[in-house]
Amino acid sequence: MGTIEKLTNGTTGGPVFVYVQDDKIIRITPMEFDEDDAASWVINARGQEFSPPRKTTISPYSLAWRSMIYSPKRLLYPLKRVDFDPNGDRNCENRGVSGYERISWDEAGDIVTDEIKRIKREYGPAAILSTPGSHHLWGHVGYRHSAYLRFMNLVGYTSAEHNPDSWEGWHWGGMHQWGFSHRLGIPEQYDLLEDALKNTDMIVFWSSDPESTSGIYSAFESTIRRQWLKDLGVKMVFIDPYYNHTAGLFSDKWFAPRPGTDNALACAIAYVWITEDLYDKEYISTRSVGFDKWKDYILGVEDGVAKTPEWAEKESTIPAREIKALAREWGSKKTMLASGGLGGWGGACRTSGGGDWARLMISLQAMQGLGKPGVNIWSTTQGVPHNSKFLFPGYAEGGISGDVDNSAAGYRFVYRMHKRPTRSSINSPAGQHIPRLKIPECILDGEYEWRGKGFCGASIEAQFHKYKYPADGYPEIQMYYKYGGSFIGTMNETNRYVKAYQTDRLPFVVNQSIWLEGEAKFADIILPACTNFERWDISEFAGCLGYIPDSTTQVNHRVISMQKKCIEPLGESKSDYQIFAFLAEKLGLQDVYTEGGLTEMDWVKRMFDASDLPEHVSWDEFFKKGYFVVPIPDDYESTPALRWFAEDRKRDTPDWGPHPESQDEFGKGLQTTSGLIEFESSSLKKFDPEDEERPVIPKYIPSWEGHRTKELYDKYPLQLISPHPRFSFHTMGDAKDSWVNEVKDHRILKEDGYYYWIVRLNSQDAEKRGIQQNDLVKVFNDRGAVICAAQVTERLPPGTVHSSESCAEYDPLGKPGETADRAGCINILTPSRYITKNSAGMAPNSCLVDIAIHEGEVA
Amino acid sequence: MNKWNLIVDIAKCHDCNNCFLACKDEYFENDFPPYSSAQPRMGQRWIDILRKERGQFPRVDVSYLPLLCMHCDDADCIKAAEGGAVYKRDDGIVIIDPLKAKGKKSIVESCPHGVIWWNDELDLPQKCTFCAHLLDEGWDKPRCVQVCPTGALEFVHIEDLEMQRMIESDKLDTLHPEYGLEPRVYYKNLYRYTRSFITGSVALKDVDECAEGAKVFLKNGSGKVIETTVTNNFGDFKIDNLEVNKSKYSLGVEYPGYQKHEISIALEDSIDVGTIFL
Repeated sequence: MGTIEKLTNGTTGGPVFVYVQDDKIIRITPMEFDEDDAASWVINARGQEFSPPRKTTISPYSLAWRSMIYSPKRLLYPLKRVDFDPNGDRNCENRGVSGYERISWDEAGDIVTDEIKRIKREYGPAAILSTPGSHHLWGHVGYRHSAYLRFMNLVGYTSAEHNPDSWEGWHWGGMHQWGFSHRLGIPEQYDLLEDALKNTDMIVFWSSDPESTSGIYSAFESTIRRQWLKDLGVKMVFIDPYYNHTAGLFSDKWFAPRPGTDNALACAIAYVWITEDLYDKEYISTRSVGFDKWKDYILGVEDGVAKTPEWAEKESTIPAREIKALAREWGSKKTMLASGGLGGWGGACRTSGGGDWARLMISLQAMQGLGKPGVNIWSTTQGVPHNSKFLFPGYAEGGISGDVDNSAAGYRFVYRMHKRPTRSSINSPAGQHIPRLKIPECILDGEYEWRGKGFCGASIEAQFHKYKYPADGYPEIQMYYKYGGSFIGTMNETNRYVKAYQTDRLPFVVNQSIWLEGEAKFADIILPACTNFERWDISEFAGCLGYIPDSTTQVNHRVISMQKKCIEPLGESKSDYQIFAFLAEKLGLQDVYTEGGLTEMDWVKRMFDASDLPEHVSWDEFFKKGYFVVPIPDDYESTPALRWFAEDRKRDTPDWGPHPESQDEFGKGLQTTSGLIEFESSSLKKFDPEDEERPVIPKYIPSWEGHRTKELYDKYPLQLISPHPRFSFHTMGDAKDSWVNEVKDHRILKEDGYYYWIVRLNSQDAEKRGIQQNDLVKVFNDRGAVICAAQVTERLPPGTVHSSESCAEYDPLGKPGETADRAGCINILTPSRYITKNSAGMAPNSCLVDIAIHEGEVA
Repeated sequence: MNKWNLIVDIAKCHDCNNCFLACKDEYFENDFPPYSSAQPRMGQRWIDILRKERGQFPRVDVSYLPLLCMHCDDADCIKAAEGGAVYKRDDGIVIIDPLKAKGKKSIVESCPHGVIWWNDELDLPQKCTFCAHLLDEGWDKPRCVQVCPTGALEFVHIEDLEMQRMIESDKLDTLHPEYGLEPRVYYKNLYRYTRSFITGSVALKDVDECAEGAKVFLKNGSGKVIETTVTNNFGDFKIDNLEVNKSKYSLGVEYPGYQKHEISIALEDSIDVGTIFL
């Protein structure tokens, strides 16, 4: 047995040490620091010192990487669908059914590039549709904003722009209450840990489960902070239809409103505060506008319906007396509102009332003096003492693409990194794009109209802009280059996505994936990519930045990792960069794409040089050690988020926005026209004051698929919520013979040897249907059916059921797109309707289903 | 002589499964002779996590019990194995010899905790080794303890006398002490998994308000008050650490200006008595 090398790498669940022996990865662990690494921060509060352990934490799926790297489902060589002939019959209707045969890289590359050339000549480059998944294996050079984006910009393509999935209600609603468009509607979070440790008495976690969702990419860094706060006596209240895992550990009180009725609960809390004088009148009068108009709505002056706790009880099922007790406690204590898991976000923002929910969260905390000591919107996940001056780019800063339009490269990073940055005239507001959520409509119907291009962060107004497909003068889509295979498990009403593949309206499909799973099985040509452990890269822990500026205030130490290539790519798989360089050569683009032949390691070195790392450590030292902990300056000054706003001062936090153009005096006030929190939104008033689906003041509007849509509710009486899974990072970690499948709260192994996805339901609903623990059941509505294993629980009220989104596999019992899925793609059942007609976001948590014992065969 | 002990705090475990997955990472396709042979990809749970929900919607709690080899000082598996196929080290760790134990399926059945697993492919019983191969290399904790995010798992290397002191001061329990095996795995707050609670809420009917500060008392079968508590601002109360033995209790609620209320409970499992309207 050879010697064991201890290398370093990075994952979506934290940086890691990787042990390699005889060209095999034998062990992956979190990092532990030594005395040479930078000192940890110390916060002094309530007579105690708080300092984090000197190590990184790790997410469960990151510990399962060996089972995924060495999975039998790995794509080891290029594949061609057996009945696809680009020069003859394409048999598009057989996609998802036909088998595959192995071909060489040259043959695969020739087919792909010949098709690209043909389509560009006959139709133009915008006939190429391409889109990646929302995330990527870690590493900023290899990230989708980097290697993939650079390639696509040079080839030319129509992008299926991502809806702002994590943000939805904050993006389409919250922004109109307080701006923050540069954060897509969620707020800054600087130094709020210190603020909370010093000042906060209570935290209301509303649609928030940080133990499961890890902020974003930050593993269990924040767990210890919640423990500190709990030990200080901070009360923790949870509002969530499910008794979630953070509640399980910390809850002092749990409220489970009917899905889609959070807004009624919020209005009733405001009602108590108004009628019992429990809000900060001085703050409201100086830091906001339009309160009186909204107050009239709450008191029933506007519509004759007072939003009393009794009224809210009828909508939400929460007893009126408990609503009163919550409102009184919240209104008399310094309370943090953890709305969502990041300080913003949350499943409640992905419902039909998502926009109003976000606005109501801001409204409630504004009534309590948002920004004053101990009072803010904060979810415990961001806001540690942080060196914001030290520049290491987030993956959202464009990596090697330099795309200043479609990444955050233009803010500060492209100038340091690039000789030949890339841009795209097609993927611009003046070109052509389509919404990711409507890929099926665009392919199958050939036309669509919507408002908002992807993540509309440039301004509050950007989301109002109307678009159509095909754009004037642009061609219809002729091919789909899909990067990754996750959409059947992650989009909405996903039988549509299956059907969109099985049509000759889409003559050519390429899929670039690591495992043969999900959508990969619908391609004509499959290109095998390798994992980040099989290539060189560089990254930072939780370092996305971009629309989450200083996202690294989530982690207890800023850690930059040298992602060392631990083993050679398995089989004939290649890194994404190598695949793109290979295809680029056949397109005459190789020199441009690789900037004269740069290797991945060259790009890593360039990113190192473009960051502030060289000021602290040499390349050789950094490479040898494999990681660097960013020091906190001795003269670090805490600048609590939005304290400057509460005190009517110039902004002193290091935030990246708002853009000076949107402010009358730069640095003062919020991005809204008034500069204040707008209960009556001036932006919505300017756009469409008569829009009843998205009114100018935040309201409770019963869901368009919920307990009030009587006909549908009679047919499907269970409300389904589909939160993020706990043990996989969306599809990363699930299926593909990963160890995660053995986690008992992730999948259930049944006698037939299959690992079934879980649906959770209350014991009363189960008993009514004759369902017992671990029974195979069918979850269904008019959109389709999914076979799951039942978990009978008391962690849900009767009438609400829970099944996570993002199953990685797709396994229909019969015809794809029409028969029940055995793998667990619960997203087949969720609605494809937009949140409102002008809010082009997803609302999966407004979904009605029923559940029954599954009769019949599964195999 | 310092020996290894594991302390599990039930109140801190939330089933993240980091321990379970880290264990698989260490042992899948990794042989560590003479300590252990490789674990199969699926099917074994050297550290298993058991789940218990207590109560009924909406007043519930959930507890998790990590279950692994207890490295017992008086282990049944050592007695069941012939020829030293299972042995105890001086530092307390119990090892199944991956060569000598081949074919000996009876070792699996010998463990009353059910924490020994049979590997069909290797024809071998297998279990947790406290990552002895790593400890001997200088690690101060096994893989599972390293990745636990809440501090639910604590690993100590101390004299048995000091461990005794810790058992008393931290009120540690063992699982199934009646087996008489003298385990080296201790549980804190075990009542969260093994005992029951009575919970409920008190409300004032005439004004439809939660009754904050109502006195709640629990009497046993012979009428003696064994627990008293006071409701919080939601009117909620919770009396925990009660024996699950179908005992008969009497729960009384008092609030100034309202009629006293008393209900009898035959406790079979944790119960939410619902809202008591005064």
